[in-house]
Amino acid sequence: MPHTHTTAGAEPADAPSGAPQGAAQRPGAHADEDPLVIAGRPFASRLITGTGGAPSLRVLEDALTASGTELTTVALRRVSPDAEGSVWDVLHRNGIRPLPNTAGCFTAGDALRTARLAREALETDWIKLEVVADERTLLPDPVELLDAAERLVDDGFTVLPYTNDDPVLARRLEQVGCTAVMPLGAPIGSGLGIRNPHNIELIVEQAGVPVVVDAGIGTASEAALAMELGCDAVMLATAVTRARDPVLMAGAMRDAVHAGRAAYRAGRVPVRRYARASSPAVD
Amino acid sequence: MNVIINGERRAVEPRTTVADVVRSLTQDSGGVAVALNDEVVPKAGWAVTEVGDSDRVDVLTAVQGG
Repeated sequence: MPHTHTTAGAEPADAPSGAPQGAAQRPGAHADEDPLVIAGRPFASRLITGTGGAPSLRVLEDALTASGTELTTVALRRVSPDAEGSVWDVLHRNGIRPLPNTAGCFTAGDALRTARLAREALETDWIKLEVVADERTLLPDPVELLDAAERLVDDGFTVLPYTNDDPVLARRLEQVGCTAVMPLGAPIGSGLGIRNPHNIELIVEQAGVPVVVDAGIGTASEAALAMELGCDAVMLATAVTRARDPVLMAGAMRDAVHAGRAAYRAGRVPVRRYARASSPAVD
Repeated sequence: MNVIINGERRAVEPRTTVADVVRSLTQDSGGVAVALNDEVVPKAGWAVTEVGDSDRVDVLTAVQGG
């Protein structure tokens, strides 16, 4: 899925920048004409959610429903005989596709083993690949990440890697066969927003696979910004699950992603240093 | 015979299968995967795969995360 993002410098002075080619020919295009497509599978929602941090399965279910998400991450852990209810059941009864992750893995070998178990448990070869360097930052370890991505692709997985906001690493991940790239906006759970919009734009510009901002989103305007930068989707968990009102925030995120995508497709007006009258001049 | 099930040493009968171990932990086989000494055992093999003395069995499931 090639991106058609254009830079301001490549446009005539008064043309909108940042708009995809062709968007102008389709004014009023409806959301269902603009699906997110990952590995050939279309999704009407461009919001991918996580399930970590929710106060209860009931609140989680209500928030996921309010978010309109169709793809949601889960982790894999040892069965606890004391567990009440199951996140798997929540996703299943709401028709939400589970996206298992390799959270907690620090090496490519760990990630490969976890992914194989996830494939067996959830009957999907989609995997959100996380290989982090340390507990304090949870930042991706680029060396282990690239190694794991390559090995998982070879093993038949559809790999969606959580990565640094590094355009070079994103390119390398795509080159080894990843189905999407998921650069962080800021560290996991930090709510710091998108710390380096320029890098995200560079990743979007070069990517031939969907770009999903993953991690760091704190509130709705930051999700909208990710979409306005040209990203194909936003992935978030903490911003919803640990909000004072998770269900209300889930709806806000749904609307923000939708609005941000529409604004990107519509094409923003150029930024000007001085005023430009929008009313006709007096004779 | 002793095996290590989800990190805890437990005594089990000889000829105990992976399927028996799963049943001892959960009624729900949906969303569950098993590793025997770090190797995935496909669901189709649970009933015919016996655990041996000192084996490590991990029974995993989807939980909230990410």
